[in-house]
Amino acid sequence: MGTKKQLTPYEKVLTARDVKRPGIMEYIDMLFDDFMELHGDRLYRDDTSIVGGIALFHGMPVTVIGNRKGKNTEENIQYNFGMTSPEGFRKAVRLMNQAEKFGRPVITFVDTPGAYPGLEAESNGQSNAIAESIARMSCLKVPTVAVITGEGSSGGALALAVADSVWMLENEVYSILSPEGFASILWKDAKRAPEACEIMKITAEELKEFGLIDGIIPEGKKLFPALDKMFLAELTRLGKFSGSALAANRYQKFRRMDGLYKNTSAWDGKARISN
Amino acid sequence: MTIDDIFKQRKKRWNSLIRIRRNETVEECECPKCKQRETVDKVRANKWVCRNCGYYLSMAPMERIQMVCDEGSFREMNGDFTSEDPLHFPDYGKKLTALHNATGQTDAFVSGVCRIAGIKVALGVLDSRFLMGSMGTVVGEKILRLTEYAGRKKLPLIIFSASGGARMQEGLFSLMQMAKTAAAVDRFKQNGGLFLSFLTNPTTGGVSASFASLGDIILAEPDALICFAGPRVIQQTIGQTLPEGFQHAEFLLEHGMLDAIVEREKCRETLYKLLAWHQK
Repeated sequence: MGTKKQLTPYEKVLTARDVKRPGIMEYIDMLFDDFMELHGDRLYRDDTSIVGGIALFHGMPVTVIGNRKGKNTEENIQYNFGMTSPEGFRKAVRLMNQAEKFGRPVITFVDTPGAYPGLEAESNGQSNAIAESIARMSCLKVPTVAVITGEGSSGGALALAVADSVWMLENEVYSILSPEGFASILWKDAKRAPEACEIMKITAEELKEFGLIDGIIPEGKKLFPALDKMFLAELTRLGKFSGSALAANRYQKFRRMDGLYKNTSAWDGKARISN
Repeated sequence: MTIDDIFKQRKKRWNSLIRIRRNETVEECECPKCKQRETVDKVRANKWVCRNCGYYLSMAPMERIQMVCDEGSFREMNGDFTSEDPLHFPDYGKKLTALHNATGQTDAFVSGVCRIAGIKVALGVLDSRFLMGSMGTVVGEKILRLTEYAGRKKLPLIIFSASGGARMQEGLFSLMQMAKTAAAVDRFKQNGGLFLSFLTNPTTGGVSASFASLGDIILAEPDALICFAGPRVIQQTIGQTLPEGFQHAEFLLEHGMLDAIVEREKCRETLYKLLAWHQK
């Protein structure tokens, strides 16, 4: 991939969706030892579109959570194309709570076309499950690192990405919704997705410039060594903070993502209008 | 925004409020459901509920505030925040200016402090007429500031939601507002604050999947559409027609996602009751 440096945003979307790309299990195999998967949300069922469990990273136990996509149609049906239902988010929250209790860092891998838009998912409280996951992750008292390894789309991606340190692989995308969805809402034409990609600003480079992500990981041969190095450096750095300092810093970090809104004057405590 | 603009904006709002007070309007509005036309005054007197079919019309934030607050008690906060258009999105700036001129608001969220039957609260109202009440950087920042203000002053927090979700024109910045508002509300609750989340038609996408679903008590208006993915998206995904009433407030109540459905008639009274029970 070293030669493909100049991909257009839409080509990056296609790269991010390529089934030949490494999946969550390959990342776990390459970066961690002794992974043990932990299943279920203790409420209803086990959502296989999210993998979670405990593994050793350089000898240190860490909680790993990530989206799972299939490599072929059969697997994709089994994992619901990486689209998570409320049960999956609730499983993630359960594992985060467990990690916090036992002081384990949380590492997440994000690769999802979005939360599942289905009948059952809605009936079981999709909104609530995502909101709880975002809120829980924002105040965890252990170090958290998130990596966008494919397509990070909508609230379903954010539910696993409210981390102390958020990284993206160089050719992947992170967006508010899929370019197809964006084009169909804006122009009532999903085929204009390539055009949508240009104005959506979804590539790692653009997001790094906005300060919405913390760093970019090169792809190709360097991918796994670079990830390993990054995790080690970040966990060492974050490990020096107390739990409450981590939560407070994380809160401040997301609090600042304000798109440079224009604050012409802070509230002066006086009436502006009254009814 | 120059000083001149601020004064112009104030004057405009004053004038519209004075018109409301003097009942001077003769405009008509149409019920989206039964198409019955009536004068705005009559509909307003009936709390924006259609007198023919009982449909809940959407309300401008100031109308909502008038309905629930003690008269004259509302003080707006951060009313002049405007979006910086972080993505330099085509035509977005023009749209915002047009909406600003039409509504007198700089964005889709009006917030401030007020009293409800004497109890001081921090109150925010999303406006579905302003780019579908979508949450961009301004809405997110205002919700965050309102929540933090409520936390500092130990006030209960009430937010009326009505939103299509995250604001597309601000891209990933909008998505981050979900994290920001959810974190702020969560922190507020952990510190002992009372958050009443009131969902009105429609509350969907990024708003329903962040702060709006995190209320200590979640209330909704009858028949309000409340969901993560809208009915059209679901229909396209699963390719079958959806059951009657799917994703409406009554459906959510049945599935355990709401505490109660509150009619507009009883809104102020219910809020007062809950506030009184939680006073410290």
